Amino acid sequence: MSATVDIAFTLNGVETSIRVPVTMSALEMMRDALGLTGTKYGCGEGECGACTILVDGATVNSCLLFAVDCDGRDVVTIEGLAANPLGERLRASFVEHGAVQCGFCTPGFVMQSHHVLTKSPHADAEEVRRGVEGNLCRCTGYKKIVEAISAAERVG
Amino acid sequence: MTRVERYLVPRTIAEAAGGLRDGNVTIFAGGTDLMPQSKSGKAKFGTCLMNIRRIGELRGIKRTASGFSIGALTTITDLRDSPEIKVGFPALWRASDHFASDQIRNAATIGGNLANASPAGDTLVPLLVFDARVVLVSRPNGALQTRTIPMTEFLVGPGKTSRRPDELLTAVEMDAPPPGFTSRFFKFGTRPALDISTISIGLGAVRDGEKLRNVRVAIGAAAPTPIRAPHVEEALEGKVVDGATIAAAVSAADCDIRPISDLRASEWYRHELVHNMLERMLSDVGHG
Repeated sequence: MSATVDIAFTLNGVETSIRVPVTMSALEMMRDALGLTGTKYGCGEGECGACTILVDGATVNSCLLFAVDCDGRDVVTIEGLAANPLGERLRASFVEHGAVQCGFCTPGFVMQSHHVLTKSPHADAEEVRRGVEGNLCRCTGYKKIVEAISAAERVG
Repeated sequence: MTRVERYLVPRTIAEAAGGLRDGNVTIFAGGTDLMPQSKSGKAKFGTCLMNIRRIGELRGIKRTASGFSIGALTTITDLRDSPEIKVGFPALWRASDHFASDQIRNAATIGGNLANASPAGDTLVPLLVFDARVVLVSRPNGALQTRTIPMTEFLVGPGKTSRRPDELLTAVEMDAPPPGFTSRFFKFGTRPALDISTISIGLGAVRDGEKLRNVRVAIGAAAPTPIRAPHVEEALEGKVVDGATIAAAVSAADCDIRPISDLRASEWYRHELVHNMLERMLSDVGHG
């Protein structure tokens, strides 16, 4: 067993403290230690984007992030987007456009598209496709996903 | 797995360099390479894990007397968002734009890409084109010592560099290219995103009328490290880029590259790719 460290960070707007092994990933911390299972474990090596979270306003693969590196930072997971206007619009748009099939990739896509639209609110379809190039949908429902993201600006 | 006994989060270069004197320290910043390598067993942790991401002075792109210094913690997204990089070092900008995915670009750092020294490391090929130098800092007996070495001396093998265990990679420096210098980067993979280069090529030169001067060619994933291609450069230097010059440069590439067969491509296919992509890039330069 490796050394453990106490860390404190903002998680979905709430001050959170936890003791974690130094080799643990942020994804393992979210799911196994904090019980936030909206963030998905897909590939575990940064290929699929299912574990996408926001850290200090930028998206990262939580499977590649050391949990200890969350210390002092502002972390948002899919659960934290529930109370967020753009997050809510994206969720509604995904439902309206039938952009959810098995649903496993959906939290990652919503997190990443939230980041894409925050950086570029009027992103065209090409920008959206580039923006979500790190997210895989194994049901291959990309057309509807891109449509849902592109339309999210207008939903609601 | 080695038991990690200590975790260090230095705030300054001096503090980090002090911590490295103990030896057996594993350094990380973005974590995008170390995390999967440690999970797969490819990388073993030292007894001490050092997170250098809180060292503010390692971040950012700074102008120097001769060009630019890119701090080790500069992320690939920082490079991609930098107007100075886009205008002054287009091959490096292109490599940053084609780098993995947004999520990985937001976390991965140029220092990490260098220190990992993958033969397919995306930023290494353009950095070779720009004759970049790697800055290493140590603190052998209290005082900080800086060693600045060319990329070609830094990269010594797959995943191997000439960085000593007590040294911290703090920056990579590039001189402003000569006036009129244009550069390009091409990466071949099976899909545009999240792909490790099958081969990559960086090309830079000053156009002097019909001729090319100051030609620099670098090739990735075709030798134990990303390499400069001196035979290709010699075949192009001072020449008009016509069919004969391109043919000579393409066949000269075989003197420079030593590709292997792996799961991404066979040795034969890598030769073909280097030939065909180099030909395509040079035809493009010839017409542009």
